[in-house]
Amino acid sequence: MRVNHVLLAATGLVATLPALFGADIAGKVVAKGTPKAELTIDMTADPKCGALHDKPVTTRHYVVDKDGGLANVLVFIKSGLNEKNFPPPTTAPLLDQVGCEYAPYVMGVRTQQKIKIKNSDPTLHNIHAIPNAMRDKGTPNKEFNLAQPIKDMVTEKSFDAPEVVVKFKCDVHPWMFAYVGVFDHPFYAVTEKDGSFKIAGVPKGNYTLEAYHVKTHGANPGVAQEITVDGDAKADFTIELK
Amino acid sequence: MANPVSASALRPDPWLCRFAVFTAAATLVLICFGGLVTSHGAGLAVPDWPNTYGYSLFFFPISKWVGGIFYEHTHRLAGAAVGLLTLILAGWLWRKESRAWLRWLGVLAFVGVVLQGVLGGLRVVLLKDQIGLVHGALAQLFFVLVCLIALATSRWWLDAAPAENEGTQGQATLRRWVLAATLLVLGQLVLGAAMRHRHAGLAVPDFPLAYGRLWPRTDTRFLARYNQQREEIHAMKPITASDVLLQMTHRLGACVVAAAVAGAWWIARRRLGPGHVLRKSLLAWLGLVAVQVGLGAATVWTAKSADLATAHVAVGSLILALGGLQTAAAFRLFAPPRSRDLTSAGDLATPTQPNGAIGQPVHP
Repeated sequence: MRVNHVLLAATGLVATLPALFGADIAGKVVAKGTPKAELTIDMTADPKCGALHDKPVTTRHYVVDKDGGLANVLVFIKSGLNEKNFPPPTTAPLLDQVGCEYAPYVMGVRTQQKIKIKNSDPTLHNIHAIPNAMRDKGTPNKEFNLAQPIKDMVTEKSFDAPEVVVKFKCDVHPWMFAYVGVFDHPFYAVTEKDGSFKIAGVPKGNYTLEAYHVKTHGANPGVAQEITVDGDAKADFTIELK
Repeated sequence: MANPVSASALRPDPWLCRFAVFTAAATLVLICFGGLVTSHGAGLAVPDWPNTYGYSLFFFPISKWVGGIFYEHTHRLAGAAVGLLTLILAGWLWRKESRAWLRWLGVLAFVGVVLQGVLGGLRVVLLKDQIGLVHGALAQLFFVLVCLIALATSRWWLDAAPAENEGTQGQATLRRWVLAATLLVLGQLVLGAAMRHRHAGLAVPDFPLAYGRLWPRTDTRFLARYNQQREEIHAMKPITASDVLLQMTHRLGACVVAAAVAGAWWIARRRLGPGHVLRKSLLAWLGLVAVQVGLGAATVWTAKSADLATAHVAVGSLILALGGLQTAAAFRLFAPPRSRDLTSAGDLATPTQPNGAIGQPVHP
């Protein structure tokens, strides 16, 4: 009898965990259609960049795996969150410049969360962040352009307002660019190489979930779908390539 | 008050004229460097100003002139050189030139080059594309100004005599036509600068058609598809309907400019003799416009090759400068009787330096 009580209590506790800690939204983003071939990048403008690669480097507009999974898609809750107060985490994600490329190519951060921007290359870079790059208007996030002439130099910056997306570029090496989604809540993810994603700790409720791919959607909204979270939920997206 | 003497009695200083021509040529080179900066998207490759990555402008190590830094840094160095040349020119004019209006043109040129330097620096520090646009447009006007100074210090200008049939309607028409065509060229240059400083790449990828049509579609769905399919290595801004319309306006503007320049040449052909300098220069002007149209087409066909786009900027500058020179020459040669007296008055001004300095009257 005591074991049954313990089992019952444990089951009840597990059942309430999503209500206490939120549920997961997991899924996959696939590309429909054939993307244009990536372009090979000529790095001869800075010999130090070319020397860091032993095979050709290409653009990363469409990273599609053999099953059609599309990487570098920002998936996030667009609307439906009743709670507005999500304090930013104290950890600082890293945006690195490695081999004269940004790593990662697409990332998500919180408003007012510090981003560590690092130069891991033996050459100069400038970090040029351009808010409103896709839409020419909108957020009050401030553009900045800073020098990083020294290897292993780290600069910390943050953005005050949510935005999809802020563009980072290097004007010294014009093929270098990255995109950072800024959110005022923690419910976002970037798809992996196979197109999969997981957003953890989502409170129970009805939401609009959006999948945004920079090259496909540009200045326009991504693909949206309604989702009800009452326990772990699944959401798949198909992004049509024109 | 000293008696005025004829303009032809003023003595030109060939070295001053040569120096002015050299400064104008250096300015054209500077414009080319600036064109390369924009064509390569390198305007912000050096985030600080007036220093360069913390170094003084003149001591930045050559080993670090890589990528976009090469274009931006050489542009700054060339700007400093043109600034120095302009300072010398302005000082030379101020000390040796008797014509007050020309002395003040020298001062204006110096103020202009300083303003250009400051605008270029502010564009970097304040991160404003609009300042870059003003910087680009003002560069063209500065180039015209230096060319006019070179013309005014030349023997040709001092020896130029008004045409015999002064103030006839045909000459008035020619004057106005050349001026109007020059102003149209300026407008076309500003349009081109506005396009380039959008940093959005090629808004219309084909020529002479636009997306395979006479007039392109600009609806959201069509542009979204174009942006998605556009092959790009540099992360340019998405093309908008405004970008497409700006490009089409620039294309139409080219037709208007070509017609205006052809019209000016046609009037000159009817009014002036075959050996007349203005008739020959207007033909050269028309030739330059034809070259410019070709360069514009080639820029589109090569998906905005940086070198061709920069050549297009340089030839545009030459067209504007030639327009300015021809306008000045047309007013010099064909000024109406009342204003000709005023035009000459600047050359007939009372000498300010009594001991035969440049621009002084030479007593027969």
